[in-house]
Amino acid sequence: MTTMRALTRSWTGRLGLGLVAIILVSVLVSLVWVPHDPTRVVPSERWLPISGEHWFGTDGAGKDLFSQVLVGARTTLVVALASAAIAGVVGLVLGLLAAVLPRLVGDAIGYLVDVLIALPVLVLALVLVALFQGSLLTVSVAIGAGSGVALARVVRGEAESVLTRQYVTAATTSGSSTTRTVLLHVVPNILPMLIVQLSLVAALAVLAEAALSYLGLTPVSTPSWGRMLQSLQSTVSQHPGAIVFPGLAVVLTTLGFNLLGDALRDATDPRLRGAE
Amino acid sequence: MLAFVVRRLVLLVVALVVASLLVFALLRLLPGDLAAVIAGPQAPPERVEAIREQLGLDRPLVEQYLEWMGGVLQGDFGTSVVSGTSVASEMRAKLAITGPLVIASTVVSMLVAIPIGVWAAVRRQRPDGVAVNALSQVGIAMPSFLVGLALIVVFAVRLGWFPPNGFPRQGWDEPGRAVRSLVLPVLTLALAQGAVLVRFVRSATLDVLQQDFMRTARATGLTFRRAFVRHGIRNASVPIISILGVQIASLLAGVVVIERVFALPGIGQMLVGDIGDRDLEKVQGTVLLLTVIVLVIGFVVDVLARLIDPRLRDATT
Repeated sequence: MTTMRALTRSWTGRLGLGLVAIILVSVLVSLVWVPHDPTRVVPSERWLPISGEHWFGTDGAGKDLFSQVLVGARTTLVVALASAAIAGVVGLVLGLLAAVLPRLVGDAIGYLVDVLIALPVLVLALVLVALFQGSLLTVSVAIGAGSGVALARVVRGEAESVLTRQYVTAATTSGSSTTRTVLLHVVPNILPMLIVQLSLVAALAVLAEAALSYLGLTPVSTPSWGRMLQSLQSTVSQHPGAIVFPGLAVVLTTLGFNLLGDALRDATDPRLRGAE
Repeated sequence: MLAFVVRRLVLLVVALVVASLLVFALLRLLPGDLAAVIAGPQAPPERVEAIREQLGLDRPLVEQYLEWMGGVLQGDFGTSVVSGTSVASEMRAKLAITGPLVIASTVVSMLVAIPIGVWAAVRRQRPDGVAVNALSQVGIAMPSFLVGLALIVVFAVRLGWFPPNGFPRQGWDEPGRAVRSLVLPVLTLALAQGAVLVRFVRSATLDVLQQDFMRTARATGLTFRRAFVRHGIRNASVPIISILGVQIASLLAGVVVIERVFALPGIGQMLVGDIGDRDLEKVQGTVLLLTVIVLVIGFVVDVLARLIDPRLRDATT
């Protein structure tokens, strides 16, 4: 609860929290109510301006833009959350193993992580998604695994520092097994740091998904902001206003996750607490 | 220092090997018969067989890998199955566009972002410092293709200063048009990079400003400006150089997107097209080249950081 209070103390924290809440609510709303069928082509209603009937207007095929943006939010949120979850698991498992396993094995894992971090993950993700006709899962795996490797290095460092604390020594001396110590003492201590990082991974995933679907590498059947922008690009000189809403959706969602991550870091870092 | 360079060099070589294995495996993991996919659905069996033999797909994987690597080490990236030309020469032609694009946008982003980042740190409690910080957050959240589209609408469609997309067919033989068609792409990439850079420069500078040596320098009577130029910049430069090394990877991914926005026939456009065509040799060659660029720059940046910072240089680990 103190974290929540610290989070809402700064205006960036409130803004981040608000933006992420908007996206969550939009997705929930889209599950029960979408004003128009986002895929229905209505030739008589091409390029309609903003109105009570079409909140964001319509596109060149007469499809309702608000409905498209609303439904596209699902894809964005699924990819963001799935990428963050995969990154969390990969980072936690690799990082903890590197910290806990015998020195030789741990160092080998650490070395592998160093090697993988150096690789251009986004380029590889792009190739992977393109080759496998990327489903949402492929996209999330590519982004999640790539970011997870970078997380592993941070997790390892944090875990190793926790392992030297006295309460860990006390736990070990009183007979706590390594697994128990890690689950009971190490994980809870690195969790705040991990959540901060995962929020930033989610932001990265929103941008990456938008870019991949803009390039047309994700399945056509999946509604997405990136794909909307791609199809609006050819008419951008006549109807520049139409790109505003899907564009704004991407920017505000990414901004929300980034601000939330930054504010969480400030709220959970005891060194910064009360610094103001 | 020497020990560090040697160890970092070993890491570079290992990473190169892992990268090449990864790229190789990625393409072999593809579902279905690769030769049949490349030949297309209507190809006669003889054609499929010919492609299989040409690519060496009928031979053991180890042999295929070693042969590919043997060629690459001699600068031979194989021959494209689709166009029949040498992969290396096609990559060189595309680099003539992508290379200047990447270098120019990096230079522009540094020239703009470093002064702005320092400014935002020094004036962090003033409205303009806060505004710069907020703007950089928005800039980071902007997908690069959206920035590109906005620039096209304003500077190409409305004002007509630059062509909205494309690259002159004569390439650099027509330098005026070539440069003009690269201006908007360079600005787009520089903006995306610059936003990230501003944040890092700002936090690196903030770190330095709070150091004891800065207070001591001021106490000896130096003005703020002189203290910062003499002691601050050098200390702040290390994390900034490191982040440039990390950024090159996302920059190359950005290039793929930006070349699509502006229809520039560079490496990125070629890669996306080749993946669609299942042009195996070209895809694996291009991805390997991009990876090598990222890895080598990472190495150079790490060594540079050590050279600049004596504390890192003397550290044993």
